[in-house]
Amino acid sequence: MLIPHPLLGLRDAQEFTYLGDAALLNRPDGMAEGAAEAFNDYVYLRDNPAGVHRELWFHEQGDRSWLIVTRNTVTHEILGAELARDVALAAKGGAQ
Amino acid sequence: MTRLSGGLIDRSQTLRFTFDGKSYTGHPGDTLASALLANDVRLMGRSFKYHRPRGVFTAGSEEPNALVELRTGARQEPNTRATMAELFDGLSANSQNRVGSLNFDLLAVNDLASPFFAAGFYYKTFMWPRAFWEKLYEPMIRRAAGLGSLSMQADPDAYDKGFLHCDLLVIGGGAAGLAAALTAARSGAQVILADEDFRLGGRLLSESHSLNDAPATDWIAALEAEFASLPNLRVMRRTTVFGTFDHGIYGAVERVSDHLAAPFAAVRQTLWRITAKRAILAAGATERHIPFANNDRPGIMLAGAMRSYANRFAASPADRVAIFTNNDDGHRTALDLAAKGVEIAGVIDSRAGVRALGQYPVFAGAMVSDAKGRLGLTRLQVTRDGQSHWLDCGALGIAGGWNPNVHLASHHRGRPVWDETLLSFVPGQDGPPVMSVAGAAAGKGSTHAALTSGAEAALAALSELGRTATLPDLPRAEDAPINQQAFWHVPGKGRAWVDFQNDVTVKDIKLAHQENMRPVEHLKRWTTLGMATDQGKTANVTALAVMAELTGKSIPETGTTIFRPPYTGVALSVLGGGDTGKHFRPTRLTPTHDWAKAQGAVFVEVGQWMRAQYFPRAGETTWRETVDREVLATRAGVGLCDVTTLGKVDVQGADAGEFLNRLYANAMASLKVGMVRYGLMLREDGHAYDDGTCARLAEDHYVVTTTTAQAGPVYRHMEYARQCLWPELDVQLISTTDAWAQISVAGPNARALLERIVDGFDLSNTAFPFMACTELTVCKGLRARLFRISFSGELAYEIAVPARYGNALMAQMIEVGADLGATPYGTEALGVLRIEKGHAAGNELNGQTTAQMLGMGKMVSTKKDAIGAVMSRREGLSAERRILVGLMPVDASQPVVAGSHLFAPDAEQKTETDLGWITSACFSPHVGSGIGLGFLADGTARIGQEIIAANPLQGQSVRLRVVSPHFVDPEGGRLRD
Repeated sequence: MLIPHPLLGLRDAQEFTYLGDAALLNRPDGMAEGAAEAFNDYVYLRDNPAGVHRELWFHEQGDRSWLIVTRNTVTHEILGAELARDVALAAKGGAQ
Repeated sequence: MTRLSGGLIDRSQTLRFTFDGKSYTGHPGDTLASALLANDVRLMGRSFKYHRPRGVFTAGSEEPNALVELRTGARQEPNTRATMAELFDGLSANSQNRVGSLNFDLLAVNDLASPFFAAGFYYKTFMWPRAFWEKLYEPMIRRAAGLGSLSMQADPDAYDKGFLHCDLLVIGGGAAGLAAALTAARSGAQVILADEDFRLGGRLLSESHSLNDAPATDWIAALEAEFASLPNLRVMRRTTVFGTFDHGIYGAVERVSDHLAAPFAAVRQTLWRITAKRAILAAGATERHIPFANNDRPGIMLAGAMRSYANRFAASPADRVAIFTNNDDGHRTALDLAAKGVEIAGVIDSRAGVRALGQYPVFAGAMVSDAKGRLGLTRLQVTRDGQSHWLDCGALGIAGGWNPNVHLASHHRGRPVWDETLLSFVPGQDGPPVMSVAGAAAGKGSTHAALTSGAEAALAALSELGRTATLPDLPRAEDAPINQQAFWHVPGKGRAWVDFQNDVTVKDIKLAHQENMRPVEHLKRWTTLGMATDQGKTANVTALAVMAELTGKSIPETGTTIFRPPYTGVALSVLGGGDTGKHFRPTRLTPTHDWAKAQGAVFVEVGQWMRAQYFPRAGETTWRETVDREVLATRAGVGLCDVTTLGKVDVQGADAGEFLNRLYANAMASLKVGMVRYGLMLREDGHAYDDGTCARLAEDHYVVTTTTAQAGPVYRHMEYARQCLWPELDVQLISTTDAWAQISVAGPNARALLERIVDGFDLSNTAFPFMACTELTVCKGLRARLFRISFSGELAYEIAVPARYGNALMAQMIEVGADLGATPYGTEALGVLRIEKGHAAGNELNGQTTAQMLGMGKMVSTKKDAIGAVMSRREGLSAERRILVGLMPVDASQPVVAGSHLFAPDAEQKTETDLGWITSACFSPHVGSGIGLGFLADGTARIGQEIIAANPLQGQSVRLRVVSPHFVDPEGGRLRD
């Protein structure tokens, strides 16, 4: 597989380490009310779609960027890749 | 003699070879199969289950029968297709799967017992008595049913891996592939042409057709000359593209030296990973046969193969041959062989009313219904309108039509579709989006159609890449129609083989049907059809047709199985490339490695690292003796150990403290500059993840350490936290594990030793107390970092210098500390020292334990949010009663064995009464007996009590006393003095 790194172009998937669902970016606040339930969902409940999936990949043997790769799990087609940091920052900016 | 005239062999050279110990000769250009046929050898092997005598069936990579053990000694390679083995001088091959000689195989008795070996036999027979399966039946069946044998020696040859990139990959060097490569290469695109054969041309080499009224080899020669002048075209002969992978990546094996006598000057094979923007599959087609009774006699083969042997290899399996066909192509074989002087006994054509195209007898509307000649065909039974007669001949060519080689287009679940005109499956529209199919692989089998479709496929692929190309002048070529009848098998009573390699007959398919194993996937698994090393290339479609007939459905309704990589067998050696033995993974050496080696250290692999395990001295006879000495020397004087392998991460930025606060369970932002704190990391699910130290060198600068094993994952986890969870924090990370050599200096004389190397730094307890850290210089100006931390429980420091000075620093400290008892120690003593002190390490941090179990429950701060903090408080974890304790044998002579489980002295030993387990154990020279650490339910309350350590694997049961995990200096006075 080839992953279109937003800074480095097409890179071989073997350079990356896979983590999983990009929903991991939405970490609950551990000091908030109901944190125990929120963390139970966060840690254990994931979607496992047959189709388009946003997932985290780490460019371990490259520039050490965490990427969010949008991939079709059925065809392995890759629809795009973004820097996770940009996505996380945008989400936090939106929340403020 | 069955060596014919002409052909593409070089008669100016003679090559000697042996088969089953007998000597023969052949010529360059021959394969082992063609050379054997030219030497009148038709019998080449024994079948898988029934040990039936078998001859070569094809002339290519689809060969099911002629499998041999090639070469001898460590290079012996089983299951080598004689059709793919290029002849070289000195080649040695042996037939396989026989007991006794090839002519008289003792296991041929299996053929008489064939009713026991019918489809699904292993699910039905040999079931009773049950214990006999493992001990008797299975070993017997495995001995009897099998392929070649392994040498049981290490592969002596070198293999390699390579990576290639191109605009267009053309798979197959026949008419279509050549036209595609020519069209694309002339446009300037980067093109790779890969073909499994040693000679370009594909079927063109096997046919008598002319191109532009000249031999096809003239056109190929001109093309090869032009190819050689095109630097943007890479032609890869003897290269099989075996798999289609994601995003235009293809796997290929180039047989670099397999056609040469050993030993090889270059690598034997190379694994290529080819990344191509577009690919054209021009893999040609495989002929199919028509099953009839005893159709596996040696001498019976595919008609197209017979033509290959005659035209290309100048060999014929017999002087008098017959053809069995359902289409015009069979007649071509008769014409070509007749032209070479082979006598044609007759063409048996299933179609009524057909006529001969030359001077040979035709039996129209007839079929072959039986064959005689156990070790080689002698007679055929020809049946027409219920009347039979016998026909003498030494070989039979069967022409049942052609199946496009759709495999590589199926590797992404692409389903082939049935073409009623061609009577075959062709690649569907759902193949890989970057691949197109041309030539016979697409059902365009005439030479004209193959050339045209190849060139057009190249034009289309280039146009998708935004390149313009022009259609080359293609040679005039034959364009004959197929004229085929749907005639799939000859009905009758005898066994008619469908899949030769796995010994599957029409009867087996009927049985599968009768037992309701009708869907193609069931049929395949019940009968094992198509599951041999040839993946049923000559069998699958014929089997589907038989099943379709039995169920009364059409072939497209019956469906087809699809294919997986590899297209043909790939040796594990080449998949490994050169990554074997010590090259299996990288080796990391510590900065003091050379010094340790000079001291005669024994090394141990720790992940990728090689670490000094212990430093034996003259006169020491056991490793224990050495380790005990190193431990005692450290506790009495001073010990030195390279601890560089612990992961080090530099954390800088205005928010570094806040970042570490969120990463570690305990507080880190409150750490004062110039101090170190132990840190425990949890996973988000609340379990302990890793531990280490955080040293604050400046307000905005920390250096943290990780365990050796988790250095990589923890760094990844820290980057994840920084980039994905808290990108708003001002913090930067870099791994500095390899940048700094770090040496532990432990023991009562540690301070005295360090005072001799620091440049005037005050090491007194008040100026530099326990858990202090600083940047300083040592040895007259070398920059260094000093941490007063202890893993051993002694007064101890860790000193770090730039990695390149590690060796010199170690040597210097040993030298200046000689009178203080400076002693190097290895990982064994390191382990003993930390178990004696009760420090957790990898055995205790195994991913299943919690902060509470480690006795650190109170360290998890409730005043802040940190990874894993919330989940660590959930009921299941907070109710955990097992806690880290120390363990000593009641009888000091008894061992403490890690992995033993703990039980109350009077309890029955079972899962329900299990109280915990021993994680770490060693002999403690300090205590004078074995000691251990373990997790024990209500362990603190049990201190002083006896407990049983059960090790049922070795029948051991030892009484232990529960003690504090701190065997050495429980008050911690030594490390603070």
